[in-house]
Amino acid sequence: MSFHILSEAKKIAKITLVGEIDSLSAREFQKEIEKLATGSPDELILYVENLTFISSAGLRVLIFAKQKMGTNLAIYIVKPQESVLETLEKTGLQHSVNIVDQYL
Amino acid sequence: MTESNRIDYYPTHEHEGIKFRRGHSLPFGATMVANGVNFSIFSSAATACTLVLFERGADQPFAEIPFPDEFRIGNVYSMTVFELDYERLEYGYRMDGPFDPGQGYRFDKSVILSDPYAKVIGGRDTWLAKPNWDNVYPYRSRLAFEDFDWENDHPLETPAEDLIVYEMHVRGFTQHPSSGVKNPGTFSAIRAKIPYLKELGINCIELLPIYEFDEWENSRPSPTTGEVLVNFWGYSTVNFFSPKAGYAATGKFGMQVDELKTLIKELHKNGIEVMLDVVFNHTAEGDQRGHTISFRGIDNKTYYMLTPEGYYFNFSGTGNTLNCNNPVVRNMVLDCLRYWAADYHIDGFRFDLASILGRSADGTPLSNPPLLESLAYDPILAKCKLVAEAWDAGGLYQVGSFPAYGRWAEWNGKYRDTMRKFLKGDPGLVSEMIQRLIGSPDMYSQRGPTASINFITCHDGFTLYDMFAYNNKHNEANGENNNDGANDNNSWNCGWEGETDDPDINFLRHKQLKNALTLLMVSQGVPMILMGDEVGRTQKGNNNTYCQDNELNWLDWSAKETNADIFNFARRIIRFRHDHPVLRSPVHFRYWDYVGSGYPDISFHGTKAWSVDQSASSRAFAFLLDGDHAKEGIVKDVMVYVAVNMYWEGLHFELPGLPAEKKWYLVSNTDVPAPNDSFDGGKEPLLENQHEFLVGARSTVVLIGK
Repeated sequence: MSFHILSEAKKIAKITLVGEIDSLSAREFQKEIEKLATGSPDELILYVENLTFISSAGLRVLIFAKQKMGTNLAIYIVKPQESVLETLEKTGLQHSVNIVDQYL
Repeated sequence: MTESNRIDYYPTHEHEGIKFRRGHSLPFGATMVANGVNFSIFSSAATACTLVLFERGADQPFAEIPFPDEFRIGNVYSMTVFELDYERLEYGYRMDGPFDPGQGYRFDKSVILSDPYAKVIGGRDTWLAKPNWDNVYPYRSRLAFEDFDWENDHPLETPAEDLIVYEMHVRGFTQHPSSGVKNPGTFSAIRAKIPYLKELGINCIELLPIYEFDEWENSRPSPTTGEVLVNFWGYSTVNFFSPKAGYAATGKFGMQVDELKTLIKELHKNGIEVMLDVVFNHTAEGDQRGHTISFRGIDNKTYYMLTPEGYYFNFSGTGNTLNCNNPVVRNMVLDCLRYWAADYHIDGFRFDLASILGRSADGTPLSNPPLLESLAYDPILAKCKLVAEAWDAGGLYQVGSFPAYGRWAEWNGKYRDTMRKFLKGDPGLVSEMIQRLIGSPDMYSQRGPTASINFITCHDGFTLYDMFAYNNKHNEANGENNNDGANDNNSWNCGWEGETDDPDINFLRHKQLKNALTLLMVSQGVPMILMGDEVGRTQKGNNNTYCQDNELNWLDWSAKETNADIFNFARRIIRFRHDHPVLRSPVHFRYWDYVGSGYPDISFHGTKAWSVDQSASSRAFAFLLDGDHAKEGIVKDVMVYVAVNMYWEGLHFELPGLPAEKKWYLVSNTDVPAPNDSFDGGKEPLLENQHEFLVGARSTVVLIGK
C-alpha cells in the first residue's frame, strides 16, 4: 500500500496519512513534521481515514510532534480506523491527542 | 558537531551488499545508533561469530556477516550495521567452537542463537498461535524503541509497610469470558481493570513472570479433558530483557514494550506499584536433552552451573541452573534488573528460588554472595523492593536467614505454614502465631517487620477457598498421576472434600476465608493476596496449575457477585488496614509504653484480659495495639483489638479496659453472616457490652477503641 503526505503549513497544519506508517514511512512523516514545525502551528490535524496501520515508529512521530511544536500543540486525529484507534489506545497515546470523527 | 560529521556514521566494510563497520563493545545487545544498529555479544570460548539478519518472519536470513577478527575486543564481538529497518529486523548469531560436553562446550554453528540482551523476542507474538515447528530460528531477537514518553512518571516508592500486594497472572486475570474486557488476557486488559484493583484497595500488583517464555514448552494433551496443557505460569525464561509478546494485545505488531509501559504508567497514576516475579535461577533450555536457544550455544560454561562431567546441576528442579555468581552472568542479571527499573519504571522484584542466587559455580552456598550484595547496593535499584523466595529445589532453605544486606525482604514461608495450621485448628501454636502476627521479630530482628512478606496463599499451591474445601490435592488434570504439587498443604475441607450444597459447610468455608483475610490484614509486615482469593476463586483442588490455560486459572469475574460477602469483607478489611497506621509499623514493637499513653505499644490477651494462654492445647488469643504508638508514636490512631478463636466452640473474651473517654466499636466479626460481618470505616457499631465479647467457634473479631 502506498503512503502519501499532503500538507499545508498555516496556524493550522494539516496532514493526510494514507496506507501504512512503518519505520520507513515514519521517517517521511517526521520530516514533514519538522518542516511544519517551522511555522509554529497551534493545531496539527491528521486525516487518517485511509491509514490502515501505524507502527511504534509512527507513534513516536506523534510524540515527536508534541515535543517539536510545543506541548500546547493540539493534535487532532480525524476518523481513525478501528485498528489504528486500538493501537493509539493500547499504547496510551489517546491521552495525548484528540480523536474526532471530523475536524470543524 | 552533527551526527553526520562523526566517523562512525559511515560504513567501512561491505558483505553481501550489507554495509557495516567496527562496533562498540558496550552496551551489550543491539542498540540503535546514528544511521545504524550496534551489535555486541560476549562469548569466552567461541572461535568465531556470525551475525545473522532476517526480514521479520522470513524463513531464511537475508544476510550473514561473519565478524572480522579485528572486531573482537577481549571476548566481545561488536559491529555496527547500516541502513537496517529497525521495525522489520530480526537478528541472531551463530557461534563456532568446540562441541565437547564433557568439557562443558556445546557450540554448534548450525544453530541460530537469540541474543541474551535482546529487548524484544519475536516468534510467540500471539498467545498459543500455532508456531511453525520447522522454523530455523524460532525465538528471534528484535529491536525495541526505548524512547517511551513517560511524562512525569516515576516509581512510586511507597513505604513497604503500606503495601497491599496482589499476586497476579497477566492472562489469568482477564482471560475468563466474564471479564468483559476488549482484549482479554493482556496488559491492556489489566489497565481496563484498574478501577477494580482500586475498589479492592490494592496498591501493588506482583506479576507472575512476564519475561518472554514459550507457552508451548512441554505442551501435551490433558488426560482428563483432552485439551492442550501448556506452560501457563511462565517460569521458564527464554529471554530476560523482553516482555512476553503473547501478553500484549499489540504483540502481533511488536508493540508489547509500549503496551506494558503504558500499563505501568497508568497503574502509577492510580497509586499502584508494579513488582515483577523474576526467574534468574534457570532458563528454558533445560538439561542436556533440551533445545539450544541462546545461552547454551553462546557460552555454556559461563551461563550454567555444570558438574565436573559437564552435566547440568539442577538446583531449580527444571533441568539447569543459571550460574548467577559468575561475574559475567552476575553483570547480566544486574544489567537486566537495572533495565527493568530504569526503562520500565518497575517498583520491585520478587526473585523466584532466590537461594540459588547465593550459590557458587559448584553449587556451594556462599556466605557473602556477590550477586545479592551487588543488587542490594546498586544505585539504580536503590529504591526498588527486593523480595526473595528464600529457598531452592536443591534443599537450601533460608527463610529468616537469607543474605539480606539490610535490603532484602522474604516471602515468609513460616508465616504461611503457621497461619494455615492454626486456621485448621491445630493446637499449641499461639506463641508462634503471635510472632508471625507482629512481623516475625524472631526471624527478622535486625531487618524489621517489612522484611516479612506475609502470605497464606500464592500461585504455587491451593487457593484460599480450596484451603478450606480440600484436604488433599487433586492434580489429575495435569497428567502426572497426581504426583506433582506439594503434599504438605495444611488444609482442611471443613467436613466434605470438594463442592457441597451443605449450607453449614459452605458458611464455615466462607468464615475461614474471612478469618484468613483478617489475620493477613492485621499482621505487621507486608501482606500479599493471591489473585481471586478476594472472591473465593477455586482451582477445584488442583494445587499446581502451572499448565492449565482454562477456568482453573482464569479469574471468574461473576464470583464478585456470587461471593459478594467475601469480596465485601476483603474490601473492608483491606480498607481497615489502610485506615489504621497502627497496623503498619515500620519497626518492631518494644512491648512497653514509650509515649506515656498508659498502654504498651502491643499487649497480648486471651479469654482473660492481660493474660494469654500459650499452652499446648490453646487455640485462642487476642492482642491490643495502642494507637498512640502508631508509627513509633509519630501519628495518632485508635486502639485496635483483635480476638482469634480457632477452637470448635465459642469463647467469651474479657475485653481490656479502655481509657474513660473511649468505647469499643465492632469492625468485623466473621461469625456473623454478611452484611453484618464487617463495617465501613466510621460506621462501626458501638458494642452494647463493653466488657466482654463472645467470639464464635472458629471466628475472628476486630474491635476499635475510640
